[in-house]
Amino acid sequence: MTTAVKLDPVYDLALRMGDNALILGQRVSEWCGHAPVLEEDIAMANVGLDLIGQAKMWFDYAGAIEAAGKSADEIALLRDARAFTNALLVEQPNGDYAHTLMRQFLFDAWHLPMLKGLAASKDERIAEIAAKSAKEATYHLERSEDFVVSLGDGTAESHDRMQAALDALYPFAGELTLADDIDRDLAARGLAPDLSVIAAAHLAKIEAVITEATLKLPSGGAVRKGGKQGLHSEHLGFILADMQWLQRAYPGAEW
Amino acid sequence: MSAAAATKPSVDDIWRWLADVPDPEIPVLSVVDLGIVRGVQWKGNRLTIAVTPTYSGCPATAVISLEIAEAIRRRGVDDVKIETCLSPAWSTDWISDEGRAKLKAYGIAPPVADARCVGDLKNPIVECPHCGSAATEQVSRFGSTPCKAHWRCRDCLEPFDYFKSF
Repeated sequence: MTTAVKLDPVYDLALRMGDNALILGQRVSEWCGHAPVLEEDIAMANVGLDLIGQAKMWFDYAGAIEAAGKSADEIALLRDARAFTNALLVEQPNGDYAHTLMRQFLFDAWHLPMLKGLAASKDERIAEIAAKSAKEATYHLERSEDFVVSLGDGTAESHDRMQAALDALYPFAGELTLADDIDRDLAARGLAPDLSVIAAAHLAKIEAVITEATLKLPSGGAVRKGGKQGLHSEHLGFILADMQWLQRAYPGAEW
Repeated sequence: MSAAAATKPSVDDIWRWLADVPDPEIPVLSVVDLGIVRGVQWKGNRLTIAVTPTYSGCPATAVISLEIAEAIRRRGVDDVKIETCLSPAWSTDWISDEGRAKLKAYGIAPPVADARCVGDLKNPIVECPHCGSAATEQVSRFGSTPCKAHWRCRDCLEPFDYFKSF
């Protein structure tokens, strides 16, 4: 009989940060060759590349903590849906371009303050990865907030589409800053920021940009959650099927 | 017979060799111009070279490490180890003056200097690498590689790549 070994919560942190980055990176990369204009095709591919690169750094660290000899690729490509810890937001479908941009904005507005908080972590490796990723996230947020404003405050059509995207996706935003015991333990030990502080920064940014975009935040409604605990929407299974089929069909295949 | 065992090349020599290793995406720049080689050190008979990635997902990163190791081995040093160093995070402020001049001559506007981060310079004034005009505008925040953005000149009307301050 084997007993599951309890790993340091830093492992969960690295896995969660990596899963969020990986799944959103995979989602935006679906636009490659399909985006509405060439510049956006390139932009989405580049954002996806940054996120997948960040996921690799987080998974390398998670693998080192687990000390079971797993590579970043194995962590990304050989786990099933229940083992993924990403928030439900990042697995939501691309939808129309308004949905893609709104999802990106809601994510970026959390990602940047979270990474800046992690850059002050007492864990040196966490701090290094976060500081590196924060530079990229700064650029992503500049771009996504500009888009939300120019399309929200754009034509009647673009405004309505951005509002519909906000209504559909906003209920998912809260999960990113919903603390569980692991988060509270990490914050108490100075390894990760207090998520209530990140939640305030996240909301302040969302409110400022949504107001400038002449959009309305939906009020009330429950936070859609569960991803962090491995309880996902049906979308994740399809993402994994697309992302993992090669390693599943040809175990050990290398580039 | 390898000469390395008898006479270890000096660290200065190694840096000179590295100055001949081109970036695979922007071959006009060497890995030294780009500022990604962060350290060269002998540890006994093993040569350790610390390299920092530009963007975390840049596909050129793995190729760069291979090319650096290959260039060193070609000179007769067999025991070479490439270490990835994440901190401090790479900045375009580390691109040498020579590198900036090479970029411009190649038709890529060099990064506006002293930018600790892109967020500090949301609207940089970028000179057209073709005609030198400052009447330029951004077409897209992203370009042909992760490190570049797509710009155009309103005077000579040419499009160009801008190596983003980062």
